[in-house]
Amino acid sequence: MKNKIMDMSTLDKRLLKELDDYINSLDGDKQEHLILVLHKAQELFGYLPQNLQLYVARKLNLSSARVNGVVTFYSFFNEEPVGKYRISVCMGTACFVKGADKVLERVQDLLKIQKDRISEDGLFTINDVRCIGACGLAPVLTVNDKVYGKVKPNDVDDIIRYYRGLENENS
Amino acid sequence: MKIASYQELKNWQKKCQNNKNYKINVLVCTGTSCLSSDSQTLVEMLESALESHNLQVEIKVIKTGCFGFCGQGPMIKIEPDEITYVKVKVEDIEDIVENHFLKNTTVKRLLYKEPGQTKLLEKSSEMQFYKKQMRVALRNCGEIDPENIEDYVLNDGYFALAKVLENYSPDEVIKIIKDSGLRGRGGGGFSTGLKWELTRKSPGNEKYLICNADEGDPGAFMDRSILEGDPHSVIEAMIIAGYAIGANNGLIYIRAEYALVTERLRRVITDARKYGLLGKDILGSGFDFDIEIKLGAGAFVCGEETALIRSMEGFRGEPDKKPPFPSQAGFRGKPSNVNNVETFANIPVIILNGAEWFAKIGTKKSKGTKVFSLVGQIRNIGLVEVPMGTTIKEMIYDIGGGHPEEREIKAIQIGGPSGGVITKEYFDTQIDYDSLVEMGAMMGSGGIIVMDEDTDMVQIAKFYLDFIQDESCGKCTPCRIGTKRMYEILERLVNMEGSPEDLNSLRTLGRIIKDTSLCGLGQTSANPVLSTMKYFPEEYEAYAYKTKKTKYSIDPKKCVGCTKCAKACPVECIEGKIREPHIINESECIACGSCYEVCPVNAVIKP
Ligand SMILES: Cc1cc2nc3c(=O)[nH]c(=O)nc-3n(C[C@H](O)[C@H](O)[C@H](O)COP(=O)(O)O)c2cc1C
Ligand code: SF4
Ligand code: SF4
Ligand code: SF4
Ligand code: FES
Repeated sequence: MKNKIMDMSTLDKRLLKELDDYINSLDGDKQEHLILVLHKAQELFGYLPQNLQLYVARKLNLSSARVNGVVTFYSFFNEEPVGKYRISVCMGTACFVKGADKVLERVQDLLKIQKDRISEDGLFTINDVRCIGACGLAPVLTVNDKVYGKVKPNDVDDIIRYYRGLENENS
Repeated sequence: MKIASYQELKNWQKKCQNNKNYKINVLVCTGTSCLSSDSQTLVEMLESALESHNLQVEIKVIKTGCFGFCGQGPMIKIEPDEITYVKVKVEDIEDIVENHFLKNTTVKRLLYKEPGQTKLLEKSSEMQFYKKQMRVALRNCGEIDPENIEDYVLNDGYFALAKVLENYSPDEVIKIIKDSGLRGRGGGGFSTGLKWELTRKSPGNEKYLICNADEGDPGAFMDRSILEGDPHSVIEAMIIAGYAIGANNGLIYIRAEYALVTERLRRVITDARKYGLLGKDILGSGFDFDIEIKLGAGAFVCGEETALIRSMEGFRGEPDKKPPFPSQAGFRGKPSNVNNVETFANIPVIILNGAEWFAKIGTKKSKGTKVFSLVGQIRNIGLVEVPMGTTIKEMIYDIGGGHPEEREIKAIQIGGPSGGVITKEYFDTQIDYDSLVEMGAMMGSGGIIVMDEDTDMVQIAKFYLDFIQDESCGKCTPCRIGTKRMYEILERLVNMEGSPEDLNSLRTLGRIIKDTSLCGLGQTSANPVLSTMKYFPEEYEAYAYKTKKTKYSIDPKKCVGCTKCAKACPVECIEGKIREPHIINESECIACGSCYEVCPVNAVIKP
């Protein structure tokens, strides 16, 4: 009986090869590099589904429970798919005292999803981060690597419209 | 090219000097804040404009780390005259090139003015923001190209290392650091020299030197700015520390959120290896040392040193009981020395200028300077370095410029999620390790959040507790369950569903969690609540006794009747004739705050 979510044959072979090469390039005790390997895996696949975790476990000769324990401990790792545009609202203290909670609320309202969820069209995910070091611009929101500073709740509409627009252009 | 002695370093420095044939340097801040305001585009436009006028042979554009005055960014400083332009936009580049460089006239409209004054200030050193500062750890930030090792060497970079390797035994280095009085900048404030000595004396010949670059305090960005603006100083200090404690391996544990910094560090480390400053037989001394980078993955508790070590070993970052201390059994079970980024940034200058020089700065028990990130309801948001002993008043009024809208500042919060508040009555307090603890706050890593009369202290406490219970690793019950219970009580209170007994429960729970948690996170988790309860009991009582006002209102004495609020109100519950005081119909107000935002004379009163 084969567990479907554990089926490693559905993973992209080309990306796995890249992951293998990366693991082989690491010096020293490979098990110690688990977190680094998971970073790479997430960078390649976008998130860390169960079967990918199992793959990493086999590769490093670790139990899958150990790998899953690490994945669930660190908030940077996602077990669920993430959107093409990752909207992160900074909820660091500097941003909070400048009304970041209102910004987060607005993003959630507009996209009709809660944080840590993906929008129905698969385009957006929302999450909160703790200080990205741009407190001078508080409140701050990022979409992938682009930083938006001094964001007012109303600005969120424009930002999301902009990315929706990009999509329409593409299609 | 490998540099193999002090003399060779000296020769190299001379050569770097000769390589510098530019008459003018244009320093552009590319710290995170300014980058977000497009300073990268400014650099590119400046370069192409200079080239089109054939000026690139005389004028060099340098991308630097954070200038510190983030509120005025992006900033451009032109050396040697030190003319500083603030809030520079893409449209201004033409003007700067045309007038400043071609016609030799200053672009007046881009100069800085102190608020409420008309005098234009040409130089950054004339600005109030910089006058009371003393830049030791930040000495090179905003002054050099952080990725250019020659820039660093020109500013006496790696000379402290050369001096150490040529003249001092490890014990002599430790003595200098001990005599300087330097204490750890990561929060605890433990004597750095003493820590080095403990690790040196620990038996074993395999030891590790670790740099803690996890910077978990939300709202603090000094370590990031140092690594971004002057990474070589941290590398140099780590080599010196490695030599002192007897370690050949260094590790930097850095937050995953700091991806750009990580890339920069990798490049800088490669450069240092190329010149024989890292690797085997450093500067021909026979001492070997190299550095590896370890990535975090978004867990605040990993800033705690034992958790950090677990995480570096590839495990869940759960803290361990101390003892054994890392200096006895740390990374891979071997003696390890953990220091904070800013602690390291101080080391090279102490070696070059001497322990007495450093010990003269600061207060009796807190020596040197401290970097703070000054944020919140304050005019001059930014990164500030001051001598220990500077008062809070000087910090927020002289340097910070007070409240941006001249409202009253009621308190500061210092020390992040482990810290506490200091109210305006105590703004004469000198900032150093011990006086802050006396006040029920703590230095922490140096985040200062300024709060005005409108800030709801219960909400602030709830914010920190939300953070803490989110970040609790769950290993011990008081921290895991206790902070959750406290959070639930606060939530009940702010929803007006609480009762006066809740206040007692908060205090009792806080005390228990403090006494019974395993690591610093749990032990200090109740501080923000307990400290705000102590200084702002009335704000808690207003919620507990349900007397808290929840609707907005208008002060008829201040209102000038401009009608702006009435136009902004989404439920149209504000009435009034033009040029007459307006009134809010409180029963319909949904407390959206729009009126408060638009009022030009601050007549709207926040609940
Ligand atoms: C919950 C918690 C979080 C911490 N976070 C950090 C941090 O982000 N950066 C840091 O340098 N030290 C942090 N520390 C302190 C470290 O455990 C350690 O004391 C410090 O890195 C030692 O360096 P220093 O002596 O140079 O200050 C934290 C401690 C606790 C309890
Ligand atoms: S006090 Fe909290 S963070 Fe520290 S070990 Fe216990 S549960 Fe984990
Ligand atoms: S807070 Fe909002 S709803 Fe209430 S009066 Fe002001 S604008 Fe109207
Ligand atoms: S915006 Fe302010 S000044 Fe204008 S009518 Fe409203 S309360 Fe009065
Ligand atoms: S708190 Fe939001 S960027 Fe620092």
